[in-house]
Amino acid sequence: MGAISRGFSGRRSPADAKLPPGQYLTTDFPVLSAGPTPHVPLDQWEFTINDGTEVLRRWDWKSFRELPTETFTVDLHCVTRWSKLGTYWEGVSLDTIFADIKTDASYALVHSYGDYSTNLPLEDLMDKQAWIAFRFDDEDLAPEHGGPARLLVPHLYLWKSAKWVRGITLMDEDEPGFWENLGYHIYGDPWREQRYSGDQ
Amino acid sequence: MWRVGTVLALHDETATARTITLEFPDWPGHVAGQHVDVRLTASDGYSAVRSYSIASGPNSERRVELTVERLPKGEVSPYLTQEVAISDRLEFRGPIGGWFVWRTQQTEPIQLIAGGSGIVPLMSMIRSRASAGSTAPFRLLYSVREPRAVFYRDELQALSDKDSSLTVTYAYTRVAPANSTRPPGRIDADLIANTTWPSKLAPTCYVCGPTPFVESVAGFLSASGNSPNMIRTERFGPPGDRK
Repeated sequence: MGAISRGFSGRRSPADAKLPPGQYLTTDFPVLSAGPTPHVPLDQWEFTINDGTEVLRRWDWKSFRELPTETFTVDLHCVTRWSKLGTYWEGVSLDTIFADIKTDASYALVHSYGDYSTNLPLEDLMDKQAWIAFRFDDEDLAPEHGGPARLLVPHLYLWKSAKWVRGITLMDEDEPGFWENLGYHIYGDPWREQRYSGDQ
Repeated sequence: MWRVGTVLALHDETATARTITLEFPDWPGHVAGQHVDVRLTASDGYSAVRSYSIASGPNSERRVELTVERLPKGEVSPYLTQEVAISDRLEFRGPIGGWFVWRTQQTEPIQLIAGGSGIVPLMSMIRSRASAGSTAPFRLLYSVREPRAVFYRDELQALSDKDSSLTVTYAYTRVAPANSTRPPGRIDADLIANTTWPSKLAPTCYVCGPTPFVESVAGFLSASGNSPNMIRTERFGPPGDRK
């Protein structure tokens, strides 16, 4: 327990029990991005899976939207400490994306329009844990929230859920992405409070 | 690792914003633009943590200043702006962040654009530049609701008076002072064109403020030819109108 702050009582909400340590509940949807919001025309959008040397699969918007979609409701946990519960999305499961890709890779580096990237173990993208989402609350995903399409990996801190996603590079070794190179945790499990590099 | 600092001084910047100066026995130093996590703990062990940008420049005295704007429904900011007293102790973690930073080795033109309390990390950059004796050309465009909502006015005036390579432009959104040549209004493409570095000089741009402000300003900067990878942003709060 930390040093007591004289005169501080705090404000607890009943939902606190469901939150990861150090998070607070918000009903807003704050936006955090390192640079300007890219605006990607759908006729130029593409999403690729590559292994570092060659493209294994490529989708344009039309072929991507022909993939089977799912709706899902998930909790979001941002490393800046807000959590938003019960958010409703539509997207394509990464299980669908990877259905006919054979790989021995263990890690993924996710790339975005606007040069953002983030890394995670490939297994964290599989087994109904991750989606490429393009609708939020029954509306097309707004650019500031990552539209036209963003990754959602809700069991990790939200910086892993790359906005404006454009592709995934499969890797044998883990390689830090944008924030992971700037002091944030290589894995980012909110329930273990892995915010910054050095956190266990 | 949480560090315990002691409050040395308190200063009200505006009716709703307060600067808190703390001293830490073990402050590791920081880079202008970084932030800290501040943890408050109630007597039963409940704690709340929020992030705040550092206002002070790097210094050798292990001092850190925060300027905190009180949010009406906030949990931590009302305590920091109304309850904290001199010689109280506060717990910090950090400094944190390596992207929205200005390092004294940078010599290129710098364009700072603040919306409201988004001035805080940019002020750290201006102070860092001054204390390092840097001559990197700096321009600050500071969008603020009204004259009495301005943070650090006297210090900005003093710094820009004695240094022709630091210019400060205010853009009032609701109430402009009597001598202002521009009617109150939000930053627009004209103001960006007239008061910021031409994009051909390849300035590094730092934009900090509420989300709709940053979205809009970053858009103007891109449209006037600045490369997106030269525009660094820090946003707070939700988007304005959801589309």
